[in-house]
Amino acid sequence: MTDDTPLISRADQVYAFLGRTPFAQEIGMRCEVMGDEMTAIMPFQDKLIGNIAIKALHGGAIGAFLELTAMAQVFLVAEHLTRPPRPINMTIDYLRQGHAKDTYARATITKMGRRMCSVQAEAWQDERSKPVTTLLAHFMVGGE
Amino acid sequence: MTDDATPTQEPWQIMGENIELMTGGIPWGRRMSFRVTKLEKGRVWGVQPWKERLVGDPDTGVIHGGVLTAFLDNLSGMAASSSLNEARFVSTLDLRIDYMRPAEPKREIIGEAECYHITRNVCFTHAWAYHENRDKVIATAAGAFAINMPRAISTMRPF
Repeated sequence: MTDDTPLISRADQVYAFLGRTPFAQEIGMRCEVMGDEMTAIMPFQDKLIGNIAIKALHGGAIGAFLELTAMAQVFLVAEHLTRPPRPINMTIDYLRQGHAKDTYARATITKMGRRMCSVQAEAWQDERSKPVTTLLAHFMVGGE
Repeated sequence: MTDDATPTQEPWQIMGENIELMTGGIPWGRRMSFRVTKLEKGRVWGVQPWKERLVGDPDTGVIHGGVLTAFLDNLSGMAASSSLNEARFVSTLDLRIDYMRPAEPKREIIGEAECYHITRNVCFTHAWAYHENRDKVIATAAGAFAINMPRAISTMRPF
């Protein structure tokens, strides 16, 4: 009988990936893994502001946060991957202004193929039903 | 033809004369440390330097894709507002990024954005990121920007 359980759980690998990725640290991203689901958090910081006059978060910061969330979600469930997937493309839809407060995000994998996968992610602040920004992305999940 | 009339400057000319100020008022832009190098009506060029803290892959030292998103988003927004005849803020409606090839580690990235169509409410843009020239592009972006109507100072939040 062989024990297939890896020494480090996949959740820990996701935490480790975020912990050692300088850019994830730069935006202050954290995440909480619950089985095959994950919620990401980007706590508010002054440096994330894009428009001083209206004190709104920079679209690029939210976009990067969503990209990392989608990437981490794929890494979490695609267990054959030894490293986070490479992005192919992404479309970011800016629905509402991001205010000067914490932002949360979740990603759903719409289709997991053998070489590529399609992922949707959304970021919200006060109400989950009022997303600030959504993302549609494709990643390479094929052989290394 | 009047000799004494002060020529009225178009928004792009004012933007071009204040290139340093353009990223200074954007904390995230300052943090990413990109700068605008050249500006014409509806066309903007910039540089995104390589920085340790912007690395997305610690094994290779390649800059994170999200840095390019912010960089191309910003340049595209500037291209959009510089194409207008009146000074207006624009806000990103959507942005699509295609990653053609990974950026090389420890090299700065050059960006270029152009606004190729304007309607009453929306500006459409294209942008490119590369090391040497557009023949070997790292990423491209297609954006749509909403043209904001001027708003009263009283509606703005104090910083």
